[in-house]
Amino acid sequence: MIGFNMRAAWAIYVREVMRAMRTAMQSLLAPVLTTSLYFIVFGAAIGGRMDSVGGVNYGAFIVPGLLLLTLLSESTSNASFGIYMPRFTGTIYELLSAPVGVAETLAGFVGAAVTKSLILASIILLTATLFVDYRIEHPILAIGYIMMVASAFSLFGFILGIWADNFEKLSVVPLLFLMPLTFLGGTFYSIDMLPDPWRSIALVNPIVYLVNGLRWTFYGASDVNIWLSFGITLGFLAACVAVIAFIFKTGWRLRT
Amino acid sequence: MSEPILEIENLTKVFAGGFKALDSVDLKISKGEIFALLGPNGAGKTTLIGAVCGLVRPTSGTIRAFGDDLSGNWRSARARIGLVPQELSTDMFEPVRRAVAFSRGLFGRPSDPARIEEILKSLSLWDKRDEQIRRLSGGMKRRVLIAKALAHDPELLFLDEPTAGVDVELRRDMWRLIGRLRDQGVTVILTTHYIEEAEEMADRVGIIRGGKLLMVDDKQSMMARLGRTEAHITLAAPLAELPPEIARFPVHLDSTGLDLCYRGGDGTGLGKKEVADLTKALTRANIDYVGIEISDSTLEDIFVGLVEEPS
Repeated sequence: MIGFNMRAAWAIYVREVMRAMRTAMQSLLAPVLTTSLYFIVFGAAIGGRMDSVGGVNYGAFIVPGLLLLTLLSESTSNASFGIYMPRFTGTIYELLSAPVGVAETLAGFVGAAVTKSLILASIILLTATLFVDYRIEHPILAIGYIMMVASAFSLFGFILGIWADNFEKLSVVPLLFLMPLTFLGGTFYSIDMLPDPWRSIALVNPIVYLVNGLRWTFYGASDVNIWLSFGITLGFLAACVAVIAFIFKTGWRLRT
Repeated sequence: MSEPILEIENLTKVFAGGFKALDSVDLKISKGEIFALLGPNGAGKTTLIGAVCGLVRPTSGTIRAFGDDLSGNWRSARARIGLVPQELSTDMFEPVRRAVAFSRGLFGRPSDPARIEEILKSLSLWDKRDEQIRRLSGGMKRRVLIAKALAHDPELLFLDEPTAGVDVELRRDMWRLIGRLRDQGVTVILTTHYIEEAEEMADRVGIIRGGKLLMVDDKQSMMARLGRTEAHITLAAPLAELPPEIARFPVHLDSTGLDLCYRGGDGTGLGKKEVADLTKALTRANIDYVGIEISDSTLEDIFVGLVEEPS
């Protein structure tokens, strides 16, 4: 146990996954219902009247974007609630007094958030088959990319859960920043469809690179350089790890 | 004194805003002892426990547990320390058994359902093992917190106000539990408002006020140093002044001349002996009396005296 408290990481992981199961309606069914509504409105109702985008049927085109929309919001909220609730209820004392460091904490909390996101992604992809006919050109890369995005935003959510000191702050970042950036990040359209200067402005939005990264693994085409997409995702992940390491080193918002 | 299990040197904690919660605290705890930390609200008891358990970052000073400096080698030491917090903080939606098993895993111990069963039975929680914690009474919730703290078989256990707000029966159960832990060689540090608890349980007592440890001693030495006997002897007829053979005792007469008050002794029996000698002296001096009330100061009297003294 000197280097890594495996049993602690596993205990946190199992508890967090069980917590999600306890709230399955909220954790799994609600996002699936929301995504299904998007497919019905954008895929079937509106999409039926639209041309294909880059040679891909519009309904199929929005699958990666919708998947990412859910992944970002669910990964962020699962991980942020996971660490915020113990702080709110005071049960964080047990974690802080245990032989548990940053690695075990992240493996447990973020690992569980990633697991939930992956389960959710699988359900959404299965649900999508009911509405649209899509393909995944690079399935292994798609799984890897989904895991990378889920990890990065679970880490981001973890930071959010430590930063927030009330429930309002917990929801303000996903609602006021993440959601608009995702909607404007090419979830429902190709940024090539935008006139300048909006196209140039859209390129400043980091979510554009995430959406296009995932879309490339599905259809082999992207509005931006795919290596830039992977690089930005990895860079964001690394930045989140560095921030969390700093938080644990200084005890910011955790230890008085 | 046996080997120290916990050594605190010059520990100071100043919170943001400048409040000094701990002021150069030095403390050594021996293996197997039960130590009671007494102090009024805001004295620094919980901060001291928090500093050892990793909840509070000390401003300066060193803490060594099991010989390891906690600022460096904290993992192995923390695995051997348990904490029962003052607040009823636990995941209210978890069933009791799973919550306790979680704590065991968190402290790096392998799953052991038989040990969890043993702990739950020892705290009369076995019948409630599958209940969500939120459905339990306040006393039962506190038992769950104790079960969680014991789940990894700690060698050093902190109990922060373990009997605050619990009924008499549970308090007695807690005392029995602490007795059993002592028999098993567990070192226990408890904070309490109930002086009776410290008197009943502790080998040594520390009194803290304003972040400073005013005194640390074993109960007998503390009583010998600070304990007093007080006796009120009601005389049959008023006295105008004390005769010399009575005045040699630490006594004074009240304004009516009827109540002779003795204050003296050392809290270990000397006072009672002197009161007996005083009554004999009264008889020899032909001073009749009709009643005697005698009382020894308690640890509570000593505590109140110390914490109410101007600093």
